[in-house]
Amino acid sequence: MFVIVVGGGKVGYYLTRELIGAGHEVVLLEKTRARAVQISDEIGSVVLSRDGTEGSALAEAGANRADIVAAVTGDDEDNLVICQMAKHHFSVKRTIARVNNPKNELLFRHLGVDEIISPTRMILGAIEQDIPVHELLHLADLGSGDLELIEALLTDESPAIGRTSGELPMPEGCTLFAYIRDGKALQVRPETQFRGGDKVIVIGRRECEDALRGTLIGDEEETAAI
Amino acid sequence: MRAVIVGCGRVGASLAASLDRAGHHVLILDIATSAFDRLPTTFSGEAVRGDGTDEDTLVRAGAQGADAFFALTEGDNRNIMAAQVARESLEIGVVVAKINDPVRARAYADLGVATLCRTTLMTDTLLGFLGFTGSGDPPIHHAKEHAHPAEATTGSGPAEPAPGIARTVGEV
Repeated sequence: MFVIVVGGGKVGYYLTRELIGAGHEVVLLEKTRARAVQISDEIGSVVLSRDGTEGSALAEAGANRADIVAAVTGDDEDNLVICQMAKHHFSVKRTIARVNNPKNELLFRHLGVDEIISPTRMILGAIEQDIPVHELLHLADLGSGDLELIEALLTDESPAIGRTSGELPMPEGCTLFAYIRDGKALQVRPETQFRGGDKVIVIGRRECEDALRGTLIGDEEETAAI
Repeated sequence: MRAVIVGCGRVGASLAASLDRAGHHVLILDIATSAFDRLPTTFSGEAVRGDGTDEDTLVRAGAQGADAFFALTEGDNRNIMAAQVARESLEIGVVVAKINDPVRARAYADLGVATLCRTTLMTDTLLGFLGFTGSGDPPIHHAKEHAHPAEATTGSGPAEPAPGIARTVGEV
């Protein structure tokens, strides 16, 4: 696989090293000359001291035959431009962008970036998973629309306890599709009865979160008081 | 008309002042309030400190529904991103980005953003001053309407359906 990595910060540096270690062909573009020299001293002559947002730099790196371009600089606008130039100017099949501002994820996806990695979102997710709030937990965005994967931890006080899944008032466009009990993933059936401690996995639209909270967690004031 | 300008540098401030003087409603953004010193004291539009590539900031400043949007910061890529936010998220029809790299200026015109390239503009002017012919490029590359980036990238789907297609869940 031939990969062009743009941005020689920590992420770009380790990424390049790992990819070379795994036997891939890699070119790293780093615009700061001193940093580029430092990296090539360490890992060999795979570094070009060029600004990867310039069309000519991507061409020199061999973008027209690259399988993947990974834009991992610290600037979202640069990463967007690198991916768009790679995609539209050099017909690179797969583009990956690091996104620092999680709010840019949707825009990047909409503008055709294939894969979006948001370290901010990941760390935020890890922190949220550690907080034992009786809340809905956002697990992942699905596709390009506003569908998301949500987890709800049911307590003994949840209005969903003691009723079958078929009886629960679900907002339109939301589906309960699995639940986790005793570490096992189980399929939700219309006759499934939930218990406290179950983790219910839902696919739904973002604007349905309030209605879902009412069905699975309980009303707002109750949760706010916890 | 209602115009939004991102970047209160020399060009941004000068354009803002001219449009304002002509009686148009101008909203200008910059990340540094000191940049607004470039505006004339008579400027009656709105000057808002904020990041013009950030959708929330633009919406809060009231950029939605503007007639024209100009991305005129010092950074080519920042201008490209601001312009695409304006076009895709704020649905502003007339969007111009200043891009000093001629390659990117042409590429983004193909992707639906009208671009203005200072490099080409000045080179051609100087060549013309000397009596030579320039690049022949127009001062503003007009956006190509049909080339919507998201549509342009959704290429051909998978040739064969995945093994899970057209089977019941139980069969998979």
